[in-house]
Amino acid sequence: MTKARARWLLLGPAGLWYAALLVLPLAVVLVYSLGERAPAGGYAPALTLAQYANLGSRWTAFQNTLVLAPVGTLAALLIAYPLAYFLAVKSNPRWRTALLVLVIVPFWTSILIRSYAWIFLLGGRGIPALLADLGLGDIRLINTPFAVLVGIVYGYLPLMVFPIYVSLERLDKRLLEASSDLGAPPWRSFLQVTLPLSLPGVATGSMLVFILLMGEYLIPQMLGGGKVFFVGNALVDLFLQSRNWAFGSAMAVTLVAVMLVTVTLYMRFLSRIGAARDDVGLM
Amino acid sequence: MQDDNAPISRRKFAEELERYRKGSVSRRHFLGVTGLGTAMAVMAGAMPMLRPRGAHAAELGDRAVLATWPNYHDVENFAIFQKETGVATQVNVFGSNEEMLAKLQAGGSGWDVFVPTNYTITTYVDADLIEPLDLSKLPNYDAAAFDARFADAGTVNGKLYAVPKNWGTTGMAWDSTKAKAPFTSWKEFFDLTMTDFSGRTMVHDYQLTTIGNALKYYGYSFNSVDPKELADAEKLLLQVKPHLFAISSDYQPSMRNGDAWMTMCWTGEGKQMNRDIPEIHFALGKEGGEIWSDYYAIPKNAPHREAAYALINFLIDPQVNAREATAHGFPVADSRVNALLPKEVLADPILYPAADLLNVQEFGAAATLTDPNRAELMARFKSA
Repeated sequence: MTKARARWLLLGPAGLWYAALLVLPLAVVLVYSLGERAPAGGYAPALTLAQYANLGSRWTAFQNTLVLAPVGTLAALLIAYPLAYFLAVKSNPRWRTALLVLVIVPFWTSILIRSYAWIFLLGGRGIPALLADLGLGDIRLINTPFAVLVGIVYGYLPLMVFPIYVSLERLDKRLLEASSDLGAPPWRSFLQVTLPLSLPGVATGSMLVFILLMGEYLIPQMLGGGKVFFVGNALVDLFLQSRNWAFGSAMAVTLVAVMLVTVTLYMRFLSRIGAARDDVGLM
Repeated sequence: MQDDNAPISRRKFAEELERYRKGSVSRRHFLGVTGLGTAMAVMAGAMPMLRPRGAHAAELGDRAVLATWPNYHDVENFAIFQKETGVATQVNVFGSNEEMLAKLQAGGSGWDVFVPTNYTITTYVDADLIEPLDLSKLPNYDAAAFDARFADAGTVNGKLYAVPKNWGTTGMAWDSTKAKAPFTSWKEFFDLTMTDFSGRTMVHDYQLTTIGNALKYYGYSFNSVDPKELADAEKLLLQVKPHLFAISSDYQPSMRNGDAWMTMCWTGEGKQMNRDIPEIHFALGKEGGEIWSDYYAIPKNAPHREAAYALINFLIDPQVNAREATAHGFPVADSRVNALLPKEVLADPILYPAADLLNVQEFGAAATLTDPNRAELMARFKSA
């Protein structure tokens, strides 16, 4: 009895936290999403699904998010993995800490200021000017999906590098020796030992980056010139410009739902890979 | 402007830096600008020994938060104001009246002074978001000195809520080295955006002007809320969108570095660019467009109300206001200020367009600010 009571007591703070900061706000958003826009903007109570019916008009924003978030995650992964591998396996241990710090250093400056730097780099007098000097003609980068992608990869790379680094760093070197003793060439040891054992890091990193990208606002705003709209941008627009809180809430609810579905699918996919790996281990 | 491919010069870079220093950035940059502004205000506030002390410091408090528009003040004036009163002005910059309204509607904006445009003031009064002004605290205001056209929107139901800041027009600015002929109409603006200027034009991130000018393309009223006319405007905007360089009210950086060749443009900013880069020209649409007047006002529940009055009173002082006008280039409706400005400024065709051009321009209408169809049209256009 006292044990049970103690358990509830201990759960209390966390439960309160969840109720006040997660359940309650979500409930408010849900209720708002069934309402209407007040005449001068804002929220007016109602019980209608009209806001959800209007979601189709923001399809492009969903499309941009659902394409650029996974592509950005993948691109970040493809760049981060070799970097993490180098840091964890190939680099001189004496320099390792210093190199790791270098990966974090950009985080010491606001992403906003770094995005400004990219505006200049990708603008007409930056990289396109260099490319034109090389005879590659008139290439425009700023305010394109590509520019947004570059910003995404640049901004989120450290979040991807660290989990992968940790999983590679912890890797038991004896396994690699065993693999080599048994006659596996380096590429095979990598594919069959290193890569599978680093997958948890890959999964964590991808999840971190992907979830943040689904709600991204700043990078598309700065490097997309208002032309590459994410759901986050459409949301900000609904609350800060057209002041349609009801529609904004419906969109937020939809984004949460989409996120839940994609993340669940992704987790399933990962656990299946994990299971497959265990099978290999048994063999 | 001549050479698109030249790397950014030291001078250009200094100019850009100067722009940031002036706070000449839109909402897009609000994080940076307000972030820096806040940091500076906080730093100044945290070091009382560095803070100049004025006679009224005690009753005014140590700061005033000003919500205003890009490129719209002389920062020197804020420094002088702080020296005289001990009040540090913290500047927040906005790109549209909708955004100002949204912030005030949401509550807790923390603003002391804001700069609404003529057509929005009745909405603020209806929503009880704006404070009637106590003229005894604004001795520098002289109603007789103002052209009524640019001052009367400040009075609603016989009560004064706002005093005039500047007036101007919304036209188009373009790089004349890229154009075969000067632009004269919104029809040309949109048509050439889809051909010669494809990928090089910017429109405001602001429903009033972007939708209004698209309406003018068809010869409709700039202020139309007629669903059929709005549908035409939407069709045009969606057709133009793939040809736009960007949708943003902060067009100066892109215009100055040559990425954009043409933009919807507020008078004073057209003048600022033309002054620095003479190849950038400015014109009004001959079919019409916007003429506007901005005002200083105090929101309800302003946290530093006394400082707000002091700041407005300071900024409408003719000497101070003349320095403001010299810095930002926007026309002033106050005859006392115009008496202090050089003759050539008052004769400038960008700032003071010919009467026949000016007469076809329309003041924004209150209905456009709250019309749900215009708001949704703009949001759809942006997320298309």
